[in-house]
Amino acid sequence: MSNPKTIKSTAGDPLAETINLAERAEDNLQFIRTTMENASVFTGISGTGYILTGISALLASWLALTQRDPTNWLVVWMGELALATLVASVFTGLKMRRQGRLWQLTTIRNLLCAFLPAMFAGGVFTLVMARENLIVLLPGIWLMLYGVAVITAGAWSVRVLPVMGSMFMVLGVLALLIPVTADWLMAIGFGGLHIGFGLLIRRHYGG
Amino acid sequence: MVKKIRKHDEMMVSDTKPMASSPTPIATAEALDNLIHERTRLSLISALATHPSLSFSELKALLQMSDGNLSVQARKLEEAGYISCLKSFVGRTPRTEFRLTDSGRAALQRYVSHMEALIKNIKPVNKAREN
Repeated sequence: MSNPKTIKSTAGDPLAETINLAERAEDNLQFIRTTMENASVFTGISGTGYILTGISALLASWLALTQRDPTNWLVVWMGELALATLVASVFTGLKMRRQGRLWQLTTIRNLLCAFLPAMFAGGVFTLVMARENLIVLLPGIWLMLYGVAVITAGAWSVRVLPVMGSMFMVLGVLALLIPVTADWLMAIGFGGLHIGFGLLIRRHYGG
Repeated sequence: MVKKIRKHDEMMVSDTKPMASSPTPIATAEALDNLIHERTRLSLISALATHPSLSFSELKALLQMSDGNLSVQARKLEEAGYISCLKSFVGRTPRTEFRLTDSGRAALQRYVSHMEALIKNIKPVNKAREN
């Protein structure tokens, strides 16, 4: 970064002035990069929202494990989906209000356009699998598609999101290959990963 | 966030008019596009480069600029043909929407290329001096 002092100290020294020009050029490029990042990245995602979502997912995992009827198992997770969506939306809304970032509406639109298609696909798969009595495959599909949704939405948000999405996808692959572990993998993913990354987001980007 | 204009940035360039559309950047301070080089206008163009369009209030909040300053700087860029401005009404509320034009995007690309060329040409001098 250049500063007025540097200019003063290099007056009359052509080589030093040349070097300062390079520094200022770097400074200008950095300025453009920062402005573009600030304009395009959605930082309103709430770390606290993620943590609470993770806690509710852990409770849902425990509740789902105790269900013997697959339909009840599905009902538990659908309830968790509704609760998690509500919690995440409310806390994201509160954080945005605190930030006063009205301009991020355009970015939110982009983020939702990236996030929702994979979630919609997950909804369709859920209906079809439930109808065909293939509920055992749902945890893997959910983890995979949620991971895809988070990775694509991550292009418009904080950098840790694609990392979290990738981890969900790994868990999804494991859940599809070893269905017997699926409930535990759901707890690790929707519970543990949300809590872990929620803490990370809270620390680096605020509540 | 976006820093205020600093004196030395203005010292870096002479009072030049926007560059003609030369495909290769000339790595001299004199050839810089002064219209873009100024920090508030540079931030305006950089922000618009990441979105199809941004409203006046979105830009104002993003760049933390006053109404007056944003209007003045946007008008300068509009007069140069770098951005376009569309005024409309949403219900009874007036809405001003800014877009980066092709010419504005090309100017930003030229500016970035120019900065990169400056760094590329000057860094060897720096190294030679260190040796």
